[in-house]
Amino acid sequence: MIPTWAQIGYLVAAVCFIVALKALSSPRSARAGNALGAAGAVLAVVITFVAYKPDHLVPILIALGVGTVGGVIGSRRVQMTHMPQLVALFNGVGGGAAALVALMELGDVHDGQTVAAIATAFTILVGAISFSGSVVTFAKLQELMTTRPVIFPGLPVLFIASVLGGIALAGWLVSDPRVWVGILLCLIGLAIGVMLVLPVGGADVPIVISLLNAFTGLTVAAGGYVLGNTLLLVAGTLVGAAGTLLTKLMADAMGRSVFNILFGAVRGGSTLGGGTASDRPVISGGAEDVAILLGYANRVIIVPGYGLAVAQAQHTLRDLVEELQARGVKVDYAIHPVAGRMPGHMNVLLAEAQVPYEQLREMDEINGDFKSTDVVLVVGANDVVNPAARNTPSAPIYGMPILNADEAQRVIFLKRSMRPGFAGIENELLYDPRTTLLFGDARDSLTKLLAALKTV
Amino acid sequence: MTESIALLTIFVLAAFVGVEVISKVSSTLHTPLMSGANAIHGVILVGAIIVTGQAESAIVVVVGLLAVVLATVNMVGGFVVTDRMLEMFRGPGARKKELQK
Repeated sequence: MIPTWAQIGYLVAAVCFIVALKALSSPRSARAGNALGAAGAVLAVVITFVAYKPDHLVPILIALGVGTVGGVIGSRRVQMTHMPQLVALFNGVGGGAAALVALMELGDVHDGQTVAAIATAFTILVGAISFSGSVVTFAKLQELMTTRPVIFPGLPVLFIASVLGGIALAGWLVSDPRVWVGILLCLIGLAIGVMLVLPVGGADVPIVISLLNAFTGLTVAAGGYVLGNTLLLVAGTLVGAAGTLLTKLMADAMGRSVFNILFGAVRGGSTLGGGTASDRPVISGGAEDVAILLGYANRVIIVPGYGLAVAQAQHTLRDLVEELQARGVKVDYAIHPVAGRMPGHMNVLLAEAQVPYEQLREMDEINGDFKSTDVVLVVGANDVVNPAARNTPSAPIYGMPILNADEAQRVIFLKRSMRPGFAGIENELLYDPRTTLLFGDARDSLTKLLAALKTV
Repeated sequence: MTESIALLTIFVLAAFVGVEVISKVSSTLHTPLMSGANAIHGVILVGAIIVTGQAESAIVVVVGLLAVVLATVNMVGGFVVTDRMLEMFRGPGARKKELQK
């Protein structure tokens, strides 16, 4: 039995987690909230060591040390642009750990403990799904594999068969808790996870990370039930519930439904973008042409995207904007809520370059201004200004709110190539006669622009 | 049976709390919030320690230690990476101070 003081300690840790989540919802308190969450977690681990007096103490401490070093190094070294995939990976290993814990608990589940057996089966299956799904997500974001939806003939049938098989195996495990059935269940969970994420298009991946995060939360809750540990139960449920809501909020911000994201590609070809660059004519210009357009405009709006982050061009961009402002041009940044690879990505990036907050304008706030804007400078963004989201009902991003860059007098795209954006669909705006393209790495292009601007 | 009912009650109440606490989040904070929640489910570490600490056969100890490593990566890495993200979200006031330096 767990001593009362430990139970109370767990309660304190659980409260830390609740307050941490609350604080994370507001910019002012977010950082303190995260620290409080970490404090709660440390408290919980210390209590566990003291209250349960685990055997194999030294190996456990070594494993703890290894994990700590790995986690700290991984998260310290990662570049800002690679953060989403790191979160996916952390989520995956959490799900994997939950599945392993449940597998080890199988031996202690006895006849008659039906609910505990169900919770164990659930943890194994969903933990494995979360693990393999997160690994595929990681591979997609890291561009170790194609970011486009991967669909092969028979995938829907195989997927449904696997899910039914998983449920049947879970039922078997509940009636007869044997370890090898558990391992089989784990394997089928891994397969389901892979098939769940493969058909998801690149732009929807952050939403899938959030969903898998909620899955892992629920497995931790179920694991807590099996172990009779209220802290795991509360923390896992909190994350499961908050993660589910967050998934819905993120999908809403992109104008997508979670169901469509997961199963759209399986149901029909409509979520597939063309993915190939067409050879239609475009107008491309040199740095001087673009510098003249910018330098003699009255009003310019910058639309930053993932390309800016990849090129680490945020400082150069700020220099360019300051030069324009010195010439008397009114310049703002238009921040699409899902620009980049994660919501808030651009705010983080531009904040790092110390762009003043007031110049970062949210989509709803600035969308009316495009009509009276002379030049829109799109730096490494694509899907967030794609008019297909408004005009082409068959496009995968149809319905997503976009920045109305197409309403401006002139549009300039800084692009590496004609390759379509993350959603894998063509952007009509690129072929518009009012559009000028400047090819090259965003930082090189911006550096050239800045130099050219000083001469015109 | 009463214990299961107690646990079920905790589950249902925690689910409502989870939805309630994050219902008013701005889209800018979606990613750090997701990352923070991700770190919180790293407390499965507690479960991994408990199960490993009771393990009797060598193979279960090995699997348990693997679970401890994975859960620790999730928890420690999760909190550190969230902190790094939030480091960038300093308010305008904090940034001004920095510029004055």
